[in-house]
Amino acid sequence: MSDGSITIDAAIVPAGTARRSLPAHGSRRTYSAYALVAPAAALMLVMLLGPLAGVIALSFTDYQLGAPHFSWIGLANYQDLFADKVFWTALRNTLTYVVVVVPGAVIAGLAIALLIQSGTSLRSLYRTIYFLPVMATLIAMAVVWEFMLHPQFGLVNGLLRGAGLPAFAWLQDRSTALYALCAIGIWQAVGFNMVLFLAGLVSIPKQLYEAAEIDGASSGWARFRLVTWPMLGPVTTFVVVISGIRSFQVFDTVHVLTKGGPSKSTEVLIHTMYTEGFEFFRSGYAAAITVVFLVFVLALTLIKSRLADRGVHYT
Amino acid sequence: MAQIELSTIRKSFDGTDVLKGIDFRIEDGEFISLVGPSGCGKSTLLRIIAGLEPQNSGQVHIDGRPVDGIRPSARNLAMVFQSYALYPHLSTFDNIAVPLRMRRLSAIERLPLLGPLLPGRRAKERTIRADITAIAEQLDIAPLLRRKPGQLSGGQRQRVAVGRAMVREPRAFLFDEPLSNLDAKLRVHMRAELAELHRRLKATFVYVTHDQAEAMTMSSRIAVMMAGELIQVGTPAEIYDDPGDIRVAEFIGSPKINILPGRVRKDGGIDVLGTALRLGCGAAAGDCRVGVRPERIELGAGPFSGSVVHLENLGAEAFVHLAIEGAGARLIARLGDVRQLPAMGRAVTFGFAPDAVRAFDPAGKRIELRVEQAERIREPAHV
Repeated sequence: MSDGSITIDAAIVPAGTARRSLPAHGSRRTYSAYALVAPAAALMLVMLLGPLAGVIALSFTDYQLGAPHFSWIGLANYQDLFADKVFWTALRNTLTYVVVVVPGAVIAGLAIALLIQSGTSLRSLYRTIYFLPVMATLIAMAVVWEFMLHPQFGLVNGLLRGAGLPAFAWLQDRSTALYALCAIGIWQAVGFNMVLFLAGLVSIPKQLYEAAEIDGASSGWARFRLVTWPMLGPVTTFVVVISGIRSFQVFDTVHVLTKGGPSKSTEVLIHTMYTEGFEFFRSGYAAAITVVFLVFVLALTLIKSRLADRGVHYT
Repeated sequence: MAQIELSTIRKSFDGTDVLKGIDFRIEDGEFISLVGPSGCGKSTLLRIIAGLEPQNSGQVHIDGRPVDGIRPSARNLAMVFQSYALYPHLSTFDNIAVPLRMRRLSAIERLPLLGPLLPGRRAKERTIRADITAIAEQLDIAPLLRRKPGQLSGGQRQRVAVGRAMVREPRAFLFDEPLSNLDAKLRVHMRAELAELHRRLKATFVYVTHDQAEAMTMSSRIAVMMAGELIQVGTPAEIYDDPGDIRVAEFIGSPKINILPGRVRKDGGIDVLGTALRLGCGAAAGDCRVGVRPERIELGAGPFSGSVVHLENLGAEAFVHLAIEGAGARLIARLGDVRQLPAMGRAVTFGFAPDAVRAFDPAGKRIELRVEQAERIREPAHV
C-alpha cells in the first residue's frame, strides 16, 4: 500500500512541475541574467583575466620588449628558469622573507593593538604613530633606513656602539642584508595589521569577556585564549594572508637599498622579474617568473578560503 | 546556596547617581526579581553583586562574608546574560565545559597541545563529561551538544546558557533579562521552565527584568526599583494589592491601574470626580490621586459615568476604555464576560467597591484609608 502511494506521488509531482518549468519561460530569464552579468564580466575579463591570460601566454614565447617578432618556444622559458641558480636563490630569499615578516608583523601588530586597546588615554595618538609607516612612501622611507643602517654614521650602529656591542655593515653584509630588509618589512606592515586587529578587537562583544570572567577565567591570558584569540580568528586569517601576499611582492626596499646584492643575497622574485623584464628586456622570461609568483599567491588565497570554510568565521 | 546582603550600595557613572543607597537582603533559596523601568539601575545592581562593576560605596555580603574587591570568578556566582554570551567558536558541550575546565584543570592542563598529554587530564575530562551529560539531560539539550551556538534557536541558546550556569553548582544564579530576546510565546514557556528549575534546584535566583509579568509569575519576592532606589519589596500579591507608592502601582499590573484625580476633604473624607467616597483617612486636606485596578471597576451601575471610546476583546476577557466627561480622564475596565460588551460610543455608568481604592498623596506616597460604611458606593452619593 505504501509503495502504491509513493509511486502515485512520484508520478504526479514531477509531471506537474515539469510542465511549468524551464524551457520557454526559463530561457528568457537566462538571457536577462546574462545581460545583467555582462558588464561586470566584461570588465573582469578586460581588467583582470585578460592580462593574466596574456602574461601566461607570453611566458611561452621568446618575446623581447620592443621586438617586432616573437615565436612560441613552449616550456623553454620554464626550463631556463628552473635551471637558473639566480631564480632558486630569489625564491629561497623570498620565502625566507615571507617566513620572517609574516609572523613578525602579525604578532607585533596584534600585540600593539592589544596594548592600545587596553590603554585608557592617547589611543588615537598611538594609532596614528604606528600607522605612519603605512601612509609614508616606502621609497622615501627606504632612504631614511639607508641612513639609519649606514655602517659608519648610521643611528643603529651608533646605538650598538654606545651599548658596547659590535656594529654591522647591515646592508653590505651577505649574512645580515636580507634580515635587515625583513626588519624594514615588519616595521612597514605592523601599522596596517594593527589597524585591522583593532577593528577586530572593537567588534568582540563585551559580554563575552564578562561571561569568561564569571566562568572563572580570572587571568588576562585565560581570557585571551578563551575569547580574544578565537574571536579574532577571521581577522587573523585575513591579516596573515594579506601580509603573506604583500611579503611575496617585496620589491621597493630591495630595489632602493640593495639591488639584490651583495652577491644576490637579497635577490627576490619580483626583483628578478624586474631586472629580467625591464633591464634585460626578456619579457617572455619575466612572464614565466610572474606565473611562478602568481602560483604562490594563488596557493595562499586557496588556503584562506579553505580556512574560511572550516569555520574560522562564526555566526 | 547563598544569602546575599546589600548594604547602602551607591554607584554613579560620570556624576550621575545610578544607585542611591540600596539596602536589601536576599534570603537563601529565594527567587527574587529586580523589576523596574529601563535605566532604574537594576542591571547595575546585579552587576555589582556579580562583581563585574565596582560600587562607589556600600558592601555586598554573600553568606555573611564581604566580597568587595573579590573577583567575579572567585565569587562563585553564575550569570545568564541577555545576549546569552555563549562563546560562538565552541560547541554547546565546550561552552558548558568552560567553567568546569577553568576550575578543575590547571593552567598547564588547559594548554592546547601539551595539556591533553598530561597524566591527570583524562580522568578530569571524564568527570567533566559526566557532569555535562547529566545537565544536558535535565535541560533537554543532549542532542544539541555538538552544535555551535550559531546553529541554535533563541530558546535553545537560552537553555545552553542556563546549562553553563548550572553545571558548576554556583552559590546563586544571576539572570540579566534573559527572556527579552525571545518571542512572546517562547517567553511564556521559558517563564514556566525557569520557575520549575528554581523549584528543583532550590537555589538563590536573582532575576532582573523590566517585564512585570515575568516578575509576577516567577518570583517568591519582587523588588521594585525606580530611579536608583528600591521602592518596595514584597511577594507578588503584596506588590500588586498593596503598593506603597503610586509608581509601584502604575508599574505593576497590565493594563495599568486607573488613576483618577481626587481630593481629601477637611473632615478626612475623599472625593473623586466630584463624588464622595465612603472612605476616610488621616491625611491633610488637599489634592490626592486615587487608583483602582481595571478588574475592580464594575460596569453598569454606580455614581460615575463615561462613554466607551475603545474596546479590546481578547476572547476570554475584554477591556473597555472609557472617557469621563468633564474630567479629561481615561479609564480602563476589565470585563470578565465578553457577551456583555457595551457598544462603542455608548454612555456607561460604573462604580467600584471602597476596598478597591488605593489613594496616594501628591508626592506619590500611599494614604491609609478606612472604609466608613460597608455600603457600596454605587448607590447615589450624598455630597
